[in-house]
Amino acid sequence: MSAIYNLSRRGFLKGIVGSGAFVLGAHYVPRILWADETVLNRTEADLATLHPNVFVGIDSDGTVHIVAHRSEMGTVIRTSLPMVVADELDADWKRVKVEQAIGDSRYGDQNTDGSHSIRSFYDTMRVAGATARFMLIQAAAQQWGVSPADCKTDLHAVVHPASKRRLGYGELASAASKLPVPKKEDLQFKHKDAWRYIGKGMDSLDLTDLCTGKAVYGMDAKLDGMVYASIEHPPVFGGKVKSYDEKAPLQVAGVQKTVPIDPFKPPCAFQPLGGIAVIADNTWSAFQGRKKLNIAWENGPNETYNSAAYEKELHETARQPCKVIRSEGDVDSTFAKGEPVFEGDYYVPLLAHASMEPMVALAEFKDGKVRAWAPTQNPQAAQAIISQELGIPKENVICHVTLLGGGFGRKSKPDYVAEAAVLSKKLAKPVKVVWSREDDIKFDYYNAVAAMYLKASLDAKGKPTAWLQRSVFPPIPSIYDVNAVYGDPGHLAQGWTDMPYDIPNLRIENGPAKAHVRIGWLRSVANIYHAFAVQTFTDELAHRAGRDPAEYLLDVIGPPRTIDLKSTGYPNYGASFETYPWETGRLRRVTELVIEKSGWGKRKLGKGHGLGIAAHRSFLTYVAAVVEVEVTDDGDVKIPRVEMVVDAGLVVNPEITRAQFEGAAVFGTSVARSGEITAKDGAIVQSNFNDYPVARIDEAPYQTNVHIIDSDAPPAGVGEPGVPPFIPALCNAIFAATGKRIRQLPLTRTNLARAG
Amino acid sequence: MIQLKVNGVDRSFGGNQNMPLLWYLRDVLGLTGTKFGCGVALCGACTVHRNGEAVRACVTPMSSVSGADITTIEAVGEKGLHPVQAAWIQHNVPQCGYCQSGQIMQAIALLRATPKPTDEEIDEGMAGNICRCGTYQRIRAAIKTAAKEPV
Ligand code: FES
Ligand code: FES
Repeated sequence: MSAIYNLSRRGFLKGIVGSGAFVLGAHYVPRILWADETVLNRTEADLATLHPNVFVGIDSDGTVHIVAHRSEMGTVIRTSLPMVVADELDADWKRVKVEQAIGDSRYGDQNTDGSHSIRSFYDTMRVAGATARFMLIQAAAQQWGVSPADCKTDLHAVVHPASKRRLGYGELASAASKLPVPKKEDLQFKHKDAWRYIGKGMDSLDLTDLCTGKAVYGMDAKLDGMVYASIEHPPVFGGKVKSYDEKAPLQVAGVQKTVPIDPFKPPCAFQPLGGIAVIADNTWSAFQGRKKLNIAWENGPNETYNSAAYEKELHETARQPCKVIRSEGDVDSTFAKGEPVFEGDYYVPLLAHASMEPMVALAEFKDGKVRAWAPTQNPQAAQAIISQELGIPKENVICHVTLLGGGFGRKSKPDYVAEAAVLSKKLAKPVKVVWSREDDIKFDYYNAVAAMYLKASLDAKGKPTAWLQRSVFPPIPSIYDVNAVYGDPGHLAQGWTDMPYDIPNLRIENGPAKAHVRIGWLRSVANIYHAFAVQTFTDELAHRAGRDPAEYLLDVIGPPRTIDLKSTGYPNYGASFETYPWETGRLRRVTELVIEKSGWGKRKLGKGHGLGIAAHRSFLTYVAAVVEVEVTDDGDVKIPRVEMVVDAGLVVNPEITRAQFEGAAVFGTSVARSGEITAKDGAIVQSNFNDYPVARIDEAPYQTNVHIIDSDAPPAGVGEPGVPPFIPALCNAIFAATGKRIRQLPLTRTNLARAG
Repeated sequence: MIQLKVNGVDRSFGGNQNMPLLWYLRDVLGLTGTKFGCGVALCGACTVHRNGEAVRACVTPMSSVSGADITTIEAVGEKGLHPVQAAWIQHNVPQCGYCQSGQIMQAIALLRATPKPTDEEIDEGMAGNICRCGTYQRIRAAIKTAAKEPV
């Protein structure tokens, strides 16, 4: 029976993966083969015998299909979320097939960004699994003529213990599919003790493919008859092509033609930047052809942008009164009292993402429809921009999500996917757009350059009586509104509005800054520069007072309390204060534990070694870090050991979570050591890993130990929160080792060599 | 016409001799396990073996592989997992995984030359391979595990 059913249901299939078919890994193949366009966006789960919701389906052979609707870029999310479904369904993981969703609003948000996949979809996944389990139990109970309450599930089967009867999920799927889908209120969720997967974790289902070269990234997407495109973008943001040599690139073997792409209409958002595309038989020929384009550019107003002058402007703005975003007590009159006052200016430059896989996308425009394959963090945004650029309805854009060779926020912006679609329409054939590393570094949506000014008046023990902090950075909203110069609440919230210290007089401000490049979000975003300034300033105050920095940090965090930020419009990462209050007790706890785990104040350190500490809440997760550095005589920084303590609420996949924090320490090392993008006459100076270096194995922390607090609090984020405290902890350690204070990043700006 | 062997199969190439091996493997042969990361020998994502030695395919012109024996990641695990791959899986090394073909090819070459590498030798052998996700600690552990097996 099941065989016949399956046959008819899969009768749409063209058959085997043949010519003209798209070649992707096993997880992607089936849906791509639907011959009937009307089922192009249907999943295996949709077509299964029992399919109570968009995330789950059960075949009559017992196969459980689970849809992964978030993008996989190394956080193992396409394993961890399905694992939650499987747990509530009480499914045997070996019989689960995970299918990657296309961009489709029926899944809800798909922008895999902001460390919120688990947080936002944990409940949805539990409901998806529990709903199917409920229906299977009902079906079995009906069949046996017993009460559902007397039945339970036991790994892929429903059992009636009293009569020792047992039916597999596959056997029940058809009967269950005829039952009404239960309401959420009627569902019963598993008790924590019964969890098989949640909290225990699971390896990435892609693990073996990732180690054998079989994993399929956007860079590996292929369609028969496709051509390769490489695009020369305007070197200055907003620039236009004045003239170019149409013919010369054709001298390169393999080059087919050159195609202009219109410049964007401001604001840029996710539109293609414009420029000239070289179309070729292979990637290399397209790269070579670009060298012969000989383009004359009209740069436009951003050609006056120079990083050195801009840096000065930001600092000057930060030294002036700015827009107040939070104020408590009276800072000015406390400053006027004549207590000692301490102040500092901090700086973090523009940062590029440099994901290991440069931007790349494949698209085919045919019969008024687009099919795209892209390593995108946000397939729905890709649908939207393609629909806008091509003037076709969003439903006519199918965006498949491949694996991502890293994302870090860059791949949430689908300008490169739109480029492929625009070119495919112009050329009437499938086009794969491949960015070089140089394109990736020069045409990023950069993490904002930021200047911060902090000032505190201090009591006899060196504790702040009043605290003022100003932050100035070109804001992300500038990509949507050319006049935007102030930070939006969402990014001011990142380690700035929510400064958690127990200080009676407090004022937090934000100053204006105009963007001259595309600004975007990068792993941890504004938390990077905000945590750097606050946690460095704190360390400076501790040393100034002659106090132990760890003890001082705990003192300023103060007693456990819930910070009330409602009046500031603090968005709390989009979560409710009721579910995710800002609790200083949790920040204290991770700090206390990291002090213990690192042997702070107890270990004897070698010559040139130092320890630094920092603590920070971001993406609703509390993290404290202690970094040990060794600064050699010639000023090289080595990081022998890092301790991180993490309170992320409930952690679904602990080993994977530890890996995220190990990676965050390396990411933070890159930011601190060498992360700096600069512009000269509007054009980005850096180009590749030679002048935008990222940490290598001999520069990265040798050992990062991650301690996860066991918690029943609702799940928070794990992808980003490790970065913000790591960087100031590293810089504070450098001070401990050398007496040299790092107020500006990267470290290359400070000579750390021992004098004499 | 250039004659070479790729993963044990005889191939001939009549195109532009300056084309880097990387693009021949990826765009012509469709062997996409070898990755493009920088194009200028700075990241190691494109590492393959030429006559058993690790080379950066992105800067290896086709003219230099005439008569050569090229091995890519696709051939490494063909007959069951290579000990280095097994160690990678045991230590859960990859995050996004994009750099890992290159890391594994480099690690195999390192262990061939230095069967029991010290930390310094691992640093030296692997420093040309960037992992932007930051999996270095696990790479080091996996190399040490694999070093216990003959490679
Ligand atoms: S792509 Fe060859 S070393 Fe980076
Ligand atoms: S695992 Fe992502 S770059 Fe190495």
